[in-house]
Amino acid sequence: MSQIIEKKQISSDVFLMRLEAPLIAEERQAGQFIILQVDENFGERIPLTIADASTKDGTITIIYQVVGKTTLALSQLEVGQEVEALVGPLGTPTHIHNYGKVVCVGGGIGVAPMHPIAQALKKAGNHVTIITGARNQDLLILQDEMKAIADEFIVCTDDGSVGRKCLVTEPLRELCANEATKPDMVIAIGPPIMMKFCSETTRPFGVFTQVSLNTIMVDGTGMCGGCRVNVGKEVKFVCVDGPEFDGHLVDFDNMIARLSSYKEIERTRYKCFVEKTINQKEAAL
Amino acid sequence: MSYHTLEELNKTAKDILEDLGDRISTLKNKERTAIPSQDMPVQDPFLRATNLEEVAIGYTAEQAIVEANRCLQCAKQTCVDHCPVNIAIPSFINHIAKGDFALACEVIKESSLLPAICGRVCPQEKQCQSNCMVGKALKDVDKSVAIGRLERFVADWERNNGIGKVPSVKPATGKKVAVVGSGPAGLVVAADCRREGHQVTVFEAFHKAGGVLRYGIPEFRLPNEIIDHEIENLKAMGVELKTNFVVGRTRKLTDLIDKDGYDAVFVGTGAGLPVFMGLEGENLVGVFSANEYLTRANLMMAYDKEHTDTPIYPSVNVAVLGGGNVAMDAARMAKRLGAENVYVVYRRTENEMPARNEEILHAKEEGIEFRFLQNPKRIVGNEASRVTGMECLRYELGEPDESGRRKPVEIKGSEFILNVDTVIVAIGNGSNPLISQTTANLSVNRRGNIVVDETQATSINKIFAGGDIVLGAATVILAMGEGRRAAASINKMLSEELAS
Repeated sequence: MSQIIEKKQISSDVFLMRLEAPLIAEERQAGQFIILQVDENFGERIPLTIADASTKDGTITIIYQVVGKTTLALSQLEVGQEVEALVGPLGTPTHIHNYGKVVCVGGGIGVAPMHPIAQALKKAGNHVTIITGARNQDLLILQDEMKAIADEFIVCTDDGSVGRKCLVTEPLRELCANEATKPDMVIAIGPPIMMKFCSETTRPFGVFTQVSLNTIMVDGTGMCGGCRVNVGKEVKFVCVDGPEFDGHLVDFDNMIARLSSYKEIERTRYKCFVEKTINQKEAAL
Repeated sequence: MSYHTLEELNKTAKDILEDLGDRISTLKNKERTAIPSQDMPVQDPFLRATNLEEVAIGYTAEQAIVEANRCLQCAKQTCVDHCPVNIAIPSFINHIAKGDFALACEVIKESSLLPAICGRVCPQEKQCQSNCMVGKALKDVDKSVAIGRLERFVADWERNNGIGKVPSVKPATGKKVAVVGSGPAGLVVAADCRREGHQVTVFEAFHKAGGVLRYGIPEFRLPNEIIDHEIENLKAMGVELKTNFVVGRTRKLTDLIDKDGYDAVFVGTGAGLPVFMGLEGENLVGVFSANEYLTRANLMMAYDKEHTDTPIYPSVNVAVLGGGNVAMDAARMAKRLGAENVYVVYRRTENEMPARNEEILHAKEEGIEFRFLQNPKRIVGNEASRVTGMECLRYELGEPDESGRRKPVEIKGSEFILNVDTVIVAIGNGSNPLISQTTANLSVNRRGNIVVDETQATSINKIFAGGDIVLGAATVILAMGEGRRAAASINKMLSEELAS
């Protein structure tokens, strides 16, 4: 049981929640995640990255986009209510040290998990360039927080509603191509396709590129293998070996296919739940 | 074997009892051996292949008394010697024979804490029943006295009649014991340490307790109700249960001692690391470890498609790779979840299969198709990376290998495609490295199993371990036996500390 201490809608379908979890707050490090269940009996277990934590308040912050039944049900909970199961911190923490020049690329909701990592990289003495991107201005999150960390801050939107009208790969390529700005390390977190193309962008320049994967998981402790990905010639478990891997070695196409394993079922359940919610609201009126 | 209903089996037992009448207590050994062994009543195979209810229904009282009277009460008790926890088997069977089920249960509980579970999942034919004199006399181990079924009978009888007593707990000692993992080993340690008056906390990574009993063994073989009952008993004894707590992550193992003040820790985290075969196509959509498949179905209750959010792959044709009990569980579960064809693909023959005969028989009755002397070469997928088939090779048995089993030899050019959309890999489990990777100075062997001495003590002071994390993938009863030994060591260590 974990009480919701704060809830904020930060863009059209993105929510921030602060949850009571003193032990996780104490142990967590940048790059780690939690698994939660809204309903302990019938709910599914979903992994979400820890965006922030406060040991003083004993809370962790999660930021999530409503994409299916569980995230929708989570977004319907209010402050004071409880998430029935919360476990963590899981995964291997990000390896933080002073690389020199680093570029952090956060796409869409991926800006949330990037936040603690960028913070830690900055603290370790790196020159931090942050590139954030989304389809439009409304979908950009944590802009002020990221700006506060960044030495250089670049915003891209698909429609040009704010910042540059381009994909995040464009400024990334420019940075890599210029000897003066060429990064010593790039970390990209966002939709799988974005991470794939960030990795492809840096590959010709030989710039080490870390990506953070969010695959299907059940237990999150290495027991089920549902999260397995091809990394180079090896099979790795995202939940314990990751979530971060060398983007130049990750088989993104297989990972994207595996993410769609249950698409049909997920879509049906989401639709049923949305209808049920609407019916309940109508009945209440 | 033709199917007989519970009513039919019970009538047969009643007739035998009537026939024997008062003579039953004075029968000669020859007469006892002549009493027919009592079949376990089971659900109709056609019905059960579509439901999750327990397959084996359990003996009736009459059947139990008849079966108990087959026991010769041998002077040399080989059954006891072959029981990993040395239950006083002839003694409890004698009480059943006389109709005193309560006393029978008490005798079992002196040695085994969880008889309802062991009676169901122990491989008795390899343990207590393997050297039974009745089976020997009849030259058929399957005709040995059905010790497991009798054990289950009295445990169920006690639970169903609500007369099981919560074990008494000694006055508080002020000592704290942490148990990591709530599987069979952990549950035994929790009970045994709590009985001595120590404060016990059980840490479980999942949201529900029971470990492999919960996530691995399906409802149709071990109903959740029985696990719940045992957990409730522990809670009634005052054991604290902390779910959603991953020791190694939520708290480091040694922090339980250094920061949280536990005086002893038991690690019983099991063998939770799925082994894959390294086949081409093994990461296609539709390939699962048995762990994942069974966890989705059991713990996450994916079989209840109406209520549960956790999805399970919609399979029509399923190949299960492996020949152990887990492979049987996965195959039978796939059938129950709606698969039309389920194939168990095994490289050797039925004789070499490690699964229990009973499980193989049940699987066959339910329509599982066994494909012996075949082995996958690669898994084939479509443009969406979904499984469409599995290329297999045929094998024949050659010369015996170092294990004494005839070695399967591949038949060149025998490749064929098995038409499947789902592949479940059930070839075993390694040891989960989460604890060892996050704990400095904890000795593990090259397989990753925690190294312990004869008292179950690890390389770190005050930390003990047992069960599959020590043994590698073994059995429930062996895990319980290790738990029992570890608890005794912990209790001894703590009582010495208290005395000094």
